[in-house]
Amino acid sequence: MNLTVNGRTHDVESGPLATLLDVLREELGVTSPKAGCEQGGCGACTVIVDGEPQRACLTPVGALDGASVTTVEGLGAPESLSPLQQAFTHHYAAQCGFCTSGMMIAADAYLKRGGTDDREAIQEALAGHVCRCTGYVKIIDAVAAVARGDSFDLTVTAASAGMTNLGGDV
Amino acid sequence: MTQATEVLFPTSADEAVAQFGDGSGVTVVGGGTIVMPEITYGRLAPTKALVLSRAGLDTLDVSGATVTLGAGLPVARLAELAQDVKALAQCALNVADYEIRLQATVGGNLCAGEGQDAPRGDLQGPLLALDAQARSVGADGASTEPLEEFLGRRAGRLLLDVTFEKPAASAFAAIDYAHTHEYTVLAVSGVRTASGETRLAATGLAGFGTRLRSAEAAASDPERAGAAAVADVSLGDDALASAWYRERTLPVLVRRVLGELEESA
Repeated sequence: MNLTVNGRTHDVESGPLATLLDVLREELGVTSPKAGCEQGGCGACTVIVDGEPQRACLTPVGALDGASVTTVEGLGAPESLSPLQQAFTHHYAAQCGFCTSGMMIAADAYLKRGGTDDREAIQEALAGHVCRCTGYVKIIDAVAAVARGDSFDLTVTAASAGMTNLGGDV
Repeated sequence: MTQATEVLFPTSADEAVAQFGDGSGVTVVGGGTIVMPEITYGRLAPTKALVLSRAGLDTLDVSGATVTLGAGLPVARLAELAQDVKALAQCALNVADYEIRLQATVGGNLCAGEGQDAPRGDLQGPLLALDAQARSVGADGASTEPLEEFLGRRAGRLLLDVTFEKPAASAFAAIDYAHTHEYTVLAVSGVRTASGETRLAATGLAGFGTRLRSAEAAASDPERAGAAAVADVSLGDDALASAWYRERTLPVLVRRVLGELEESA
């Protein structure tokens, strides 16, 4: 069977019941999807399969013969980050980073289906994604900023740009 | 383990039935949301896996007042029934999260065994209240029977589809946590038919979903119906809630559903 990952087609040698997550990470070396809970609950392994977000840990790879998979590496490149990647950088929306690729994939799918900057709608769209650093506010800030069409200055973070002197030497 | 497993990808419902055979030793994989973690964690080592993703069972047919849901229909697509069968669409939206609803299937939701730590089978509630008919195959051949009977003997059978009539009104109420990835603690679904019959069912119980027949008999008096519902169910303690808590919240949900049905009438 073959699988196209971020535009590049691969022959897959793993057995058909191997998870897409294992194939991506162990066979193809695409490591942005994280092996978190491996039972669908944390969202860290989420990738886009033929246009829809899916949990790679729940997907038997044999069901995907000929499918197209996009991981966070496929959203942009280091020299040309996608607006969502720029927003996560500018809004400091990653702490440890473990949930970030799953969050970005879910947010990308949300925005592509016409998602707005409504914070409740963003929360609902990201409801299957757990951030153990509890950095949800900045993640939602970042997604809302892209939905609004903001542009981002990557030389500063939103926090530093908005920092005010609270009366002491800071 | 994976190399020794015979994995089949039927490309039609007929082929799925043929490959399922008498069901002996067959592990059915619908959306994978329940089976795949069992395999990953070594709790299940299938000798023969029947993966239904290409079997053409992902159908949603509405023909006049009759609705048929293929067993492979993603749970997310039940949102399309929001106008006609509100309880089913609401219940579906209450299942897990956006991505899981895209992957999980109606058949998997109905057929999965009882969960060890939390109740499963949310869709059993509205489909029991809708008095759905389940079409399946197994060792004794093909059968179409009330979902309630099917659920009692679903192990070893391959569900093909469920069919029901659109109700005049329906309602859904659930107790669940404000949490990112939630399981339903307890839920009640209700249906009012065109002839005025009221049917109620609950999920989040010990075992699978249950019709609340004592409550149905008292449906004209929501207070009495709520109290009567407790006699219809078997409640358990699990990671989400105690039987004590469920016993006290079940009457509340029954009253809410009956109240909403009354408003819809």
